[in-house]
Amino acid sequence: MTDTEKGKGPVTPDERVRDVSIVKKLLNRPELGAMAGTILVFVFFGLVASNSGMFSAKGILIFLEVSAQLGILAAFASLLMIAGEFDLSVGSMIGFAGMAIAIPSAIFGLPIWVSIIFAFALAVLVGYINGLIVVRTGLPSFIVTLAGLFILRGLTIGMTRLITGRTQVSGLKQLAENDWLAPLFAGDAFGFLFADNPGVNGIPVSIIWWVFLTALVTWVLLRTPFGNWIFASGGDKLAARNVGVPVEKVKILLFVGTACAATLFAAIQVLDAGSADTNRGLLKEFEAIIAVVIGGTLLTGGYGSAIGAAFGALIFGTVQMGIFFTGVNTDWFKVFVGVMMLIAVLFNNYVRKKVTEAR
Amino acid sequence: MAADRGTALIEVQSISKFFGSVIALKDISMICYPGEVMCLLGDNGAGKSTLIKTLSGVHIPDEGRILLEGEPVDFNSPRDALDRGIATVFQDLAMVSLMSVTRNFFMGREPAVGRGLLQRIRFGLANNTAREEMKKIGIDVRDPSQAVGTLSGGERQCLAIARAVYFGAKVLILDEPTSALGVKQAGVVLRYVAQAKARGLGVIFITHNVHHAYPVADRFTILNRGRSLGTFEKSDVSREEVLSMMAGGQELDELTSELEEFQRADTAGAAAASGAPH
Repeated sequence: MTDTEKGKGPVTPDERVRDVSIVKKLLNRPELGAMAGTILVFVFFGLVASNSGMFSAKGILIFLEVSAQLGILAAFASLLMIAGEFDLSVGSMIGFAGMAIAIPSAIFGLPIWVSIIFAFALAVLVGYINGLIVVRTGLPSFIVTLAGLFILRGLTIGMTRLITGRTQVSGLKQLAENDWLAPLFAGDAFGFLFADNPGVNGIPVSIIWWVFLTALVTWVLLRTPFGNWIFASGGDKLAARNVGVPVEKVKILLFVGTACAATLFAAIQVLDAGSADTNRGLLKEFEAIIAVVIGGTLLTGGYGSAIGAAFGALIFGTVQMGIFFTGVNTDWFKVFVGVMMLIAVLFNNYVRKKVTEAR
Repeated sequence: MAADRGTALIEVQSISKFFGSVIALKDISMICYPGEVMCLLGDNGAGKSTLIKTLSGVHIPDEGRILLEGEPVDFNSPRDALDRGIATVFQDLAMVSLMSVTRNFFMGREPAVGRGLLQRIRFGLANNTAREEMKKIGIDVRDPSQAVGTLSGGERQCLAIARAVYFGAKVLILDEPTSALGVKQAGVVLRYVAQAKARGLGVIFITHNVHHAYPVADRFTILNRGRSLGTFEKSDVSREEVLSMMAGGQELDELTSELEEFQRADTAGAAAASGAPH
């Protein structure tokens, strides 16, 4: 800090502030990189895959749905990462929550809505425990939630085999049919919009959840006191605590948030597929982190955007499906994701320096 | 003596704080009246930081008590202390450099309207207030949405103090506010301290720099190795006396006499050496 100020000499403070153009201000927004990336990806696949049906109504909904599911996770992961923490247990939480919905209903005959509420209650508990351990011990959340990743996955497989003797539970479609809560997580909405398009039943609920949650999370982050606390907790935990921000509460609540997002993801998948598998959600924690980082959020916290995370998820989903539509070997997808993330991290690093340097 | 000043804003009565076997503070008493700058002096490791962390609710004292306007108080968190009007500007300033001036200014106490999920920060008001408060101390922040990382050290210090004053601090605790600053910027901060005092705030000014403390202070409490060497009115002590007490005057005296001893030995040795050939 002091190093950069040296040599500036006795300049009066007013002369230090200069007018910044709108373009420059835009450049300071964390989500800019992801937006540019999204445009790039769309232009690319627009040229390469224009005849493959990727950009028909049906094709669009397919890649949007893939993006949406990841986007739901990314929205909450971005909040947590801005607050300076990770949650590596979300992938396992998806499998865990899926079984928490499937087993009580399919095996013990409970109504689906009871199981869904049960799963969310478990998610709150898991998130709370994750958060509590992290804030109480001061250990890196990376390690704590990595343990959670193994424990939850192991519990899911162990319990499912113990109760059902298998690793898959199916037959949930019929059970969900007349449930009052299930339509929130399954099926399509606004079917009338696609009345003249026989291949499309409507907009999948996951896309609606994604848009709604991204808007909600962005609102919370940018406009509410709680959002300011999130930035403060991640930017400088000690500083935040010293001015009275309840850093522990904020972080615990955000861990609950990621666990609940994972459960929402699980509910959508389970009710859509009609079955739960102990391996659901594998590697989703990393995909969520990648989407968040591509979205311009700093791994170290204190800076970032939920809208960026949504664009990160969109890039992820578009490329994943785009590669499928163009018929390129899908093996290359992972290479692309890795390179994309590296570019994003380098870009973010540059942006952070730009934002904080003394002008 | 105390009677003619009215009730003390804050009074510390024989506070002690231990960290395991380490005695960080022992039997510290201190008092600060409205419109007064109470200067807490001490060398490195004297216990200044521990004392102010106790006053600001970060640490809970193991012994003794704190009176706020004559009333005993227990602070369990910095928030408690803040709510009772004790604002501390820590050495690290409690600023997040990636966040904007406004967001920092209102961090933890955002002006909001609405309830529940509809609760939102009044950014128009917040931006204007931040800009106005900074202007009052002569710093023109034209764009309060710029990151604090872009401000200079002195500007950040002033922002931190302005924030504390704005939020109705009755007692302002400043931890080494001038130590990282150049002469001119330190002057700005000191002038601001005098301003706060004139407004009737009690200021507890922690520093190890007597030259910064002496012009603005009314009284001095000197800490040494976790214990208080006493409180002195400015009229009773000179700058040099304060300085020598702070550094552990006795130790300095001993050092001086030791050095003199060496010198004497040297001259005696030289005399003996020069005398030897005869």
